[in-house]
Amino acid sequence: MASSYNAKDEDGHHSGSGGPAGPGVNKSKKPDNTAFKQQRLPAWQPILTAGTVLPAFFVIGLIFIPIGIGLFVTSNNIKELEIDYTGVDPSSPCYDCAQNYSWNSTAPCVCSVEFTLDQPFEGNVFMYYGLSNFYQNHRRYVKSRDDSQLNGDKVSLTNPSKECEPYRTNDKKPIAPCGAIANSLFNDTLELSHVNPNKTRTPITLVKKGIAWWTDKHVKFRNPSGNSNLTIVFQNTTKPVNWRKPVYELDPSDPENNGFINEDFIVWMRTAALPTFRKLYRIIQKSKDNLTPTLPRGTYVLDITYNYPVLSFDGRKRMILSTISWMGGKNPFLGIAYITVGSICFVLGVVLLFIHHKYGSRSTSADIPN
Amino acid sequence: MAREIGEPREAKSSKVKQQKKRRSKKESKTRTVHANILYDHAKGDDNPNRHYANNKIKTTKYTLLSFLPKNLFEQFHRFANVYFVFIALLNFVPVVNAFQPELALAPVVFILSVTAIKDLWEDYRRHRSDKEINHMDCLVYSRTERRYVEKYWKELRVGDFVRLRCNEILPADVLLLSSSDPDRLCHIETATLDGETNLKQRQVVRSFLDLDCEFDPCKYNSVIECEKPNNDLNRFRGYIIHRNGRRDGLYKDNLLLRGCTVRNTEEALGIVIYAGHETKAMLNNNGPRYKRSKLERQMNVDVFWCVIILLVMCLFCAIGHGLWMYQYGDKRPVFDVLSPEGTDLSPALSAIYLFLTLIIVFQVLVPISLFVSIEIVKICQVYFIHQDMELYDEETDSQLQCRALNITEDLGQVQYIFSDKTGTLTENKMVFRRCTVAGVEYSHDANARRLAMYQEMDSEEEECTSHGGTLPRRDSVTSHQSAKVVLRSQSTKSHRRTGSRAEAKRASILSKHTAFSSPMEKDITPDPELLEKVNDCASQMEFMRFHSQPFSHLPSDLSDIIDFFIALTICNTVVVSSPNQPRQKVRRFELKSPVKTIEDFIKRFTPSRLTSGSNSSSSSSLVTTRSASHKACSSILSSPSAESTLTKLDEERSRGGTLDHAFSPVPPSYDETKSLIQEEGELRYEAESPDEAALVYAARAYKCSLVGRLPDQVTVELPHLGKLNFELLHTLGFDSTRKRMSVVVKHPLTDQITVYTKGADSVIMDLISPPATDHSKGKRQRKILFKTQNYLNVYAADGLRTLCIAKKVLSKEEYASWLRRHLEAETAIQGREELLFESALRLETNLHLLGATGIEDRLQDGVPETIASLRKAGLQIWVLTGDKQETAINIAYACKLLDPEEEIITLNAESQEACAVLLEESLHYIQAKFLCNASTDQHASRVYHQDYSALHVPAPACSPYASLHTVPFLVHRLGLVIDGRTLAYALEKSLEDKFLAVARSCRSVLCCRSTPLQKSKVVKLVRNKLKVMTLAIGDGANDVSMIQVADVGVGISGQEGMQAVMASDFALPRFRNLQKLLLVHGHWCYSRLANMILYFFYKNAMFVALIFWYQFYCGFSGSAMIDQWYLIFFNLMFSAFPQLITATLDKDVSAATLQDLPQLYMNGQNSEEYKPYMFWMNMIDAFYQSLVCFFIPYFAYSDSDVDLFTWGTPITTLALLTILLHLGIETKTWTWMNWASIVFSVCLFFTVALCYNASCPTCYSPSNPYWTMQRLLTDPLFYLLCVITPITALLPRYFYRACQGTLFPSPVHIGRQLDKLPTEIRRHLLSQTRVKLGSLGALFASRSSSFAFSRPLTKQSQRQEKAVAPPQPKSTEVTDTPRSSKHPENHLGPSQKKEKRSHSQSQRSRVSALTDLLDNTQGPLRGPSLTDTDTLPYTRELPRTGPVLEPATLTAAVESSDHAWVTSTPLLPQTECIQLTLSRPGVSPVIPNERSSESGLSSDQRFLSQEDRMEHTQTSDCPKENTLKTTFL
Repeated sequence: MASSYNAKDEDGHHSGSGGPAGPGVNKSKKPDNTAFKQQRLPAWQPILTAGTVLPAFFVIGLIFIPIGIGLFVTSNNIKELEIDYTGVDPSSPCYDCAQNYSWNSTAPCVCSVEFTLDQPFEGNVFMYYGLSNFYQNHRRYVKSRDDSQLNGDKVSLTNPSKECEPYRTNDKKPIAPCGAIANSLFNDTLELSHVNPNKTRTPITLVKKGIAWWTDKHVKFRNPSGNSNLTIVFQNTTKPVNWRKPVYELDPSDPENNGFINEDFIVWMRTAALPTFRKLYRIIQKSKDNLTPTLPRGTYVLDITYNYPVLSFDGRKRMILSTISWMGGKNPFLGIAYITVGSICFVLGVVLLFIHHKYGSRSTSADIPN
Repeated sequence: MAREIGEPREAKSSKVKQQKKRRSKKESKTRTVHANILYDHAKGDDNPNRHYANNKIKTTKYTLLSFLPKNLFEQFHRFANVYFVFIALLNFVPVVNAFQPELALAPVVFILSVTAIKDLWEDYRRHRSDKEINHMDCLVYSRTERRYVEKYWKELRVGDFVRLRCNEILPADVLLLSSSDPDRLCHIETATLDGETNLKQRQVVRSFLDLDCEFDPCKYNSVIECEKPNNDLNRFRGYIIHRNGRRDGLYKDNLLLRGCTVRNTEEALGIVIYAGHETKAMLNNNGPRYKRSKLERQMNVDVFWCVIILLVMCLFCAIGHGLWMYQYGDKRPVFDVLSPEGTDLSPALSAIYLFLTLIIVFQVLVPISLFVSIEIVKICQVYFIHQDMELYDEETDSQLQCRALNITEDLGQVQYIFSDKTGTLTENKMVFRRCTVAGVEYSHDANARRLAMYQEMDSEEEECTSHGGTLPRRDSVTSHQSAKVVLRSQSTKSHRRTGSRAEAKRASILSKHTAFSSPMEKDITPDPELLEKVNDCASQMEFMRFHSQPFSHLPSDLSDIIDFFIALTICNTVVVSSPNQPRQKVRRFELKSPVKTIEDFIKRFTPSRLTSGSNSSSSSSLVTTRSASHKACSSILSSPSAESTLTKLDEERSRGGTLDHAFSPVPPSYDETKSLIQEEGELRYEAESPDEAALVYAARAYKCSLVGRLPDQVTVELPHLGKLNFELLHTLGFDSTRKRMSVVVKHPLTDQITVYTKGADSVIMDLISPPATDHSKGKRQRKILFKTQNYLNVYAADGLRTLCIAKKVLSKEEYASWLRRHLEAETAIQGREELLFESALRLETNLHLLGATGIEDRLQDGVPETIASLRKAGLQIWVLTGDKQETAINIAYACKLLDPEEEIITLNAESQEACAVLLEESLHYIQAKFLCNASTDQHASRVYHQDYSALHVPAPACSPYASLHTVPFLVHRLGLVIDGRTLAYALEKSLEDKFLAVARSCRSVLCCRSTPLQKSKVVKLVRNKLKVMTLAIGDGANDVSMIQVADVGVGISGQEGMQAVMASDFALPRFRNLQKLLLVHGHWCYSRLANMILYFFYKNAMFVALIFWYQFYCGFSGSAMIDQWYLIFFNLMFSAFPQLITATLDKDVSAATLQDLPQLYMNGQNSEEYKPYMFWMNMIDAFYQSLVCFFIPYFAYSDSDVDLFTWGTPITTLALLTILLHLGIETKTWTWMNWASIVFSVCLFFTVALCYNASCPTCYSPSNPYWTMQRLLTDPLFYLLCVITPITALLPRYFYRACQGTLFPSPVHIGRQLDKLPTEIRRHLLSQTRVKLGSLGALFASRSSSFAFSRPLTKQSQRQEKAVAPPQPKSTEVTDTPRSSKHPENHLGPSQKKEKRSHSQSQRSRVSALTDLLDNTQGPLRGPSLTDTDTLPYTRELPRTGPVLEPATLTAAVESSDHAWVTSTPLLPQTECIQLTLSRPGVSPVIPNERSSESGLSSDQRFLSQEDRMEHTQTSDCPKENTLKTTFL
């Protein structure tokens, strides 16, 4: 109270003698004269007119077109071969298998497709299987998994998440791995052999490791711990309905690729974004000496153990062989896109130049002459 | 406060009902208060007061426990919140859930909690201030201790006795029972309640008035019955019932209100009547108003559209999903998972579930964070407006206050401004300028020169140079401070929600503007001639008094002069105080008049000599009354009743008392007088209104000074005569209906009962008694009246406020009979106000005119400039004033509201019918004048529209006006002047449309003599009928209703208190600040917010559309490739900051340019930043951009091994980049904060994404994004996408903006270009605005030529217009006014005019109308910035409906019907007009002729013509005819 008294007194006194600009000012409510409070912050004020925008368009055009050409060339250098083995066409070797097969049939159906490589494939060749019209991105399908179970959580192993319904239990036993994704695991077996000119076949080594993300293989997917014998671990579980064999027999040859950490399984579990997709199946490693192409020109045979029915939903199955570049697989789109956008920018730039020439000078100079 | 103005009227109307009810339910309608000391415990069961609220106040909304439920409940009142909660809850239904339910709750919870925290904080602040107030101390009488003890305010209860000391704040509403003041008065300052800084007197309850002994609470045993608590500050009624059954009325003068401060009174005692929340101050305390801005209303429409779009999208997907499922038939594909229960879903059912799911997925389309963002942005805007230095007024140390936080953007869209005049346009510093007494004018030239000098002086200098000015100020400060500290805490309570600023403001007002006038108002240089006369007169009177001659021998002009000054001095409510002890009223001189202690007016009037039957001296009367009062003290209530007094009066009449007993004795000692004279210069006057003070100061300049005022006595010092005590018998206060005030005094010199009346000239002139026709005195009287009226007109023409002073001498008998009825009225418990009003009317008749005064009210600084610039900004300015028509018109000219070049239509009607005719004719006139060349118009409009389409400003399509009237309107160069009475008729239901039709086609409208209610009605009418944004600005209590009705209410925190400020949304220190507030801040706020809202819609639509496109590739299953976390937090976190920064800081055009080019304001008026089509354009753009952002990644990744979320994450990133760059394109100014916020947003996204993707390998089902982002960052494809996609997406917009900037720049764009120019060139360009606009709009090549062609014509046409007289009905004045004294050459003599006014002129009138029209339409076309004018809806379509009247035929038609006649009165320039009539009185140019032809008219019509004649004041027999008029009640 006292301080207020003095301050007021002073204020009154000074405003009496020297106007309100006296020391009483600290009491005044006069706003601070700062750039921020007065909204006078230094600012860049771009004005979008044909003249100012013009350079941007040309620059974009000039940058994009070379990039696009580069991308396009790169993409074109990638060699890719695609073989549809669905067997829709009666002339197709797999026609019979496709017609007869369903999830429940027991006897495997085998068919072979012969194809010719016109050009040798160099470097590592990636072998994909591709599915079309398969909606791995369906909302309920995507959810139908139990990540904890796949991560080796024992509780989830015997009591899978509700998300897995209706593929959670079978015959009162928990399903491992549960859920619709696992249930629909792609189970065709593809083998490739080179047909020598003497009609003998040389099987080509297909590496089945290294096809999944490293983090998936080592972090996300784990077998339940405790026992190295997976049979015992998965004792109280049952295989998914559509599966032929339980999860611990996916790759009996290699314990590091068995159970939940089977790479084919892991790859399948990474649900595709679009209904037409491919998934890495095997890698054909380049020859050590690097002198001979990985897949030389010639005839090859693809042996298919036809297990996976797709005709019911009008799907297609493909086998794809592809080399890759730094930007991934063959896809000319980006290159074309860059070239197109670059060209459009260039054209628009020209249009703007015209506009600027015709109108722009008037509007800017109009301010000044008078 | 807010409700208070409307209340009394309602109260009156409902009073009758109340009274009826009261009879039946008396108990429930009144409050009975007993004294608490009669009962043991204040709260005991036997205490009848126990049901009343105690004095503890609690303004908090919540308690700790109730906070959560109550706050949530309140928040759920907002529909949006309910919607979002509903969606979040939907997620808990397994069949339809889209996200993790807990996660889906996050945004809603976030938003709700932000609001809740805000509420909590506010509530806590309220709690703290409550606590502070509740714990203030006051003295309460304690029964046990038998003395007054200190108690907290909160412990006070109804029925307690409190003791109040000087400078204490009243803790509750207290009935005043005793006061240490010898006059039984208590002075209070009500600044915290109504902002009026003058002291108010409150009186001790009548029964306790004559208690000379100390009031003893223990002896008190009366019961008080009064009204239930209500919020009317100016009303309190009730009565006190004493033990002996006697009743006494209680009035508002007995009640001390909570929050007021006791001043000048050492001690006062009272009983608490209302406490705590039931006090009037608290009941008046309603918080800030919540208005919904126009922009928000528009936004809500689009939110609604968003919902529709959402539903359509969901429906589309649901059907798609059904079909998708249907195509598989019975064969279920492996990827189509059964429902969790394992049951097969039919396609239809599945589609229904999906519909719900999609509502959740697409919920972002309805922007949840928009509402919160808007609030945040508005708070920031308010902050910046507050901080603006230019809106700070150094003089009053006040700055702008935003009291309504949520309508800032409305400031940028105002179309109509309704302004008060006095105090708003003018300074409300009243300066006495000239006067006329008894028909002689005293021009006070020296005074005028002095004022001219002041005008040059700075206001600061004013304060320092004058001794008188500075000293008092400091003193007042010191005197207040002790109280001020208390006051501050008090005001936090009583006006808690107005915020600390308002409170600080109030304090500053108190300290600096304590109702003391500036030296400019005080130092009046007397007119030497008049001064001489005054001296003359006074000395004569002294002589007469000395010789005991009756004063009637005084020459009447001299007596008029002295009476005039006496009236100036005493006919007011000015309180005198001396500067050394401010607020300490000057004590009366030792010799008291005995009547002081007598409680009744009547008793006072009836001097003791009557009772004693002798002509005894005053000393003896002193004795008698003393003894009487002692008696009264012992038996509290034995005061004489009115009846007994009247008996005495009768007695006296029968006795025929000769009243020769001279004046009451002058204060005996000369020394005293002398000392007083020395002191006199320092006496200060505190008046309720500044013009009262001005008059008192004026009188003082003539040595007639007011030296003391008591409730029953006024002491005046006159030259030679010394001090005279005027016994104040009655004061009939000023009210706006009567427009006058009167005092009834007993003249000490003549001992006559004299009524002095002061009031508006129109009223007073009507009440003047008609002079006797025959003898010379009557003639002289008539002459005086006539002259005075002429001078009044001259004053008005000079823009002075005019007041008439009149007096009346009453005989004892007359007074007695009046008194009898007045007493009845005064004592009436019900309907007292009306009765008193009628009583006042009875008294104020047959007055004798003394003179008139002219007071100048100077324009505030920068008003003309502000008005000019606001008008350029396309704002229609209406001035609504209570002033006289001529004064108003002149002020209007002075402040450039009216243009000398424009025509003025004046509407003065005497009846409803006349008004109807008048409006009709005005409408026809306007149409005939401006529309007769419709074809040209159409042509013009066509050209115009083409330009428009070229400009891409889709003005024509969207006018809200089109629906209202069929006749489209142009704003012409017309002014409309309408007076209060006509306005009342025009506002009737049947006429309001016509009135609006006329008014809206005028450029400016001036409503004179309007009441507060009319003001608000006008605003309401315009707002509702025209569907425009209105702004009302005013400073006084009479503007409150108008301020409340308008969309934006602005109060001037000037000298007339805070009532307007309290009711307003924004409070400004000065009128000129309005310019910056509207043109700059309004524009900014509007464009910022509009852009933000549009951006919000775009952003959400663009984001949601991405998912929508995806539905085509996932079997319409409701799947989203964007991780649900991104989906939910995208709006809340990643894209929120930059837009907030931009919406807060962006400036499309600099402040300087906005002020230099007011035309840019139309941008907001026409809602150019946010038109309905823009929403759709934005939507289309959003869909395009989302298509790009979706399909470039789609094709880039098509048929690859990419998984769902590794594909979705780049899309999210792309969307974010696109959205931010989009904002970049729309951002006009880039400060470091914009850069920082954008960089921050991008970084935040990547940081969050990286952390999120590394945090848990198994969580976040179903996306399970472990290591996705990390992997993407190593993928060159990702970067390639990030480059190409945003560029492709924004290419069209960027290109469009560039083309727009060059090909069809908007005015705002040009403003921005101007900004970039160097200052010199800019200034040069702006100085020749016209040139600039022409050159800027050089693309409109055709225009410049037509412009050149139309220019010379215009001038010509104006000449011609003058000559063309439109046909008008009687009592209209369609004055073709070149009314500017600055252009004397424009003034044609009336005879010339008449000559010219022939029917053959119709041809010319057409030409002139055409040229005028050209001018009108071409004007706006001259430049791009002007093109905005045309977007004003009424200029959109050019009128062609309605009869195109040929003036000639119209005239003929009108003249054929004989009750109509035509005037083309060259009303102005007034001086000229008046001189003319003076030289040839009775030969008024038009009217006499008309009158002769008018003999057969009905009386009603005659009436009109008389009124008209009054307007012109030309005829000498005018006063006589005045009597025919009905007095306006």
